[in-house]
Amino acid sequence: MNINLTLIAQLVSFAVFVWFTMKFVWPPLVKAMDERKAKIAEGLAAAERGQHEQELAEKRAKDTLHQAKQQAAEIKANAEKQASMIVEEARDKAKEEGHRQLVAAQAEIAQEINKAREGLRAKVAELAVLGAEKILRKEINADAHKDIVESVANQI
Amino acid sequence: MAGSETLTSGEYIKHHLTNLTFGQFPDGHWGVAHSAEQAKEMGFWAIHLDSMFWSLGLAALFGYFFYTAAQKASAGVPSGLQNFVELMIDFVNDSVRGSFSGKNDLVAPLALTVFAWVFLMNLMDLVPVDLIPYISGVLGIHFMKVVPTTDPNVTFALALGVFGLILFYSIKIKGVGGFVGELTGMPFETKNPLLKPFFMVINLVLEGVNLIAKPVSLALRLFGNMYAGEMIFILIAVMYSAGWVMGIFGGVLQLGWAIFHILIITLQAFIFMTLTIVYLDMAHAEHH
Repeated sequence: MNINLTLIAQLVSFAVFVWFTMKFVWPPLVKAMDERKAKIAEGLAAAERGQHEQELAEKRAKDTLHQAKQQAAEIKANAEKQASMIVEEARDKAKEEGHRQLVAAQAEIAQEINKAREGLRAKVAELAVLGAEKILRKEINADAHKDIVESVANQI
Repeated sequence: MAGSETLTSGEYIKHHLTNLTFGQFPDGHWGVAHSAEQAKEMGFWAIHLDSMFWSLGLAALFGYFFYTAAQKASAGVPSGLQNFVELMIDFVNDSVRGSFSGKNDLVAPLALTVFAWVFLMNLMDLVPVDLIPYISGVLGIHFMKVVPTTDPNVTFALALGVFGLILFYSIKIKGVGGFVGELTGMPFETKNPLLKPFFMVINLVLEGVNLIAKPVSLALRLFGNMYAGEMIFILIAVMYSAGWVMGIFGGVLQLGWAIFHILIITLQAFIFMTLTIVYLDMAHAEHH
């Protein structure tokens, strides 16, 4: 319990000890802790940023999807319209074709009729001449009354 | 010692409270004192080998662990030792930030040193009082006080170290004039030139007492607490030589006191650290 040299020796040790802590222990530890703190703060900020970005991306994806759907609907509507148009056109064409064929057939028929009439007319003239010949053989020279017979035949 | 047939209780206690002292005998040769009286006769130029050994050993222990942690410290995920060390650093840093308003790179490491060292030295109190003295007795060393903070030399050295820093920073921050002004200009102030010298003397006495009280209270508070605690451990240990019943009763008492002492040693270390910070903050603060 005596105060003696121990006091001074302890004072010196204390000074050295404090110096040691101040020089070799405190700064690296505090530095490491500060660095970690900064790192964590950075990480948190990055996470927040990431979340925000994800939200944006989600929104963008939603928009894109919506747009795509709209576009698809548009395309579908267009296609339907086009299809109906094609069908309409085909129908029109078919009608026209039918009409054309009908007209052609009618023309042919008319031609046939004319031909037949022509043939008949020739036949009738011949028959008339033949009949008249037979009637007139006795009184009329075929050559002398040829123009009359012909005009009759033409009248048929 | 339990087997103290040759010692009375008084001798046993006295034996436990004597440091291993190395110094000069009255007849001129140097050596280790063999009794408390011899140690006293050695006067100032003697040294307590046990206090020095344990305090420096504990300082080295602290230094080793914290230095190792500091060398390996990185901003990555901390593990094991580094975690513990950083916990301590954080704790000290919080205390410093809470009480110290100035800017000084010395204060926080100083506070850590004070806290860790005082705590470790106090912690030696929890080692059963007879264990290490018995081992050293077997090895031929007859005095061994294992708790350095029960040696007033140790506590006063710490307190005087802090006191030196208080004086140093008071003068460094405020200048000699400012520091003297602080000591003489408060708490009584007057504009009267005749009263002024009178007031200055009174102020100097008051503030001087205030200033001196800082290291004295620091040292004596720690010393008193630890010395009393150690004394109670020794008194409890005396019961072990009084038969089975008293021995068991003493064992229960020792356990209870040891558990309570965990609080005291931590608290004393914390108080010493906090007061160190507060005193240095006062030394840095400018009074107007």
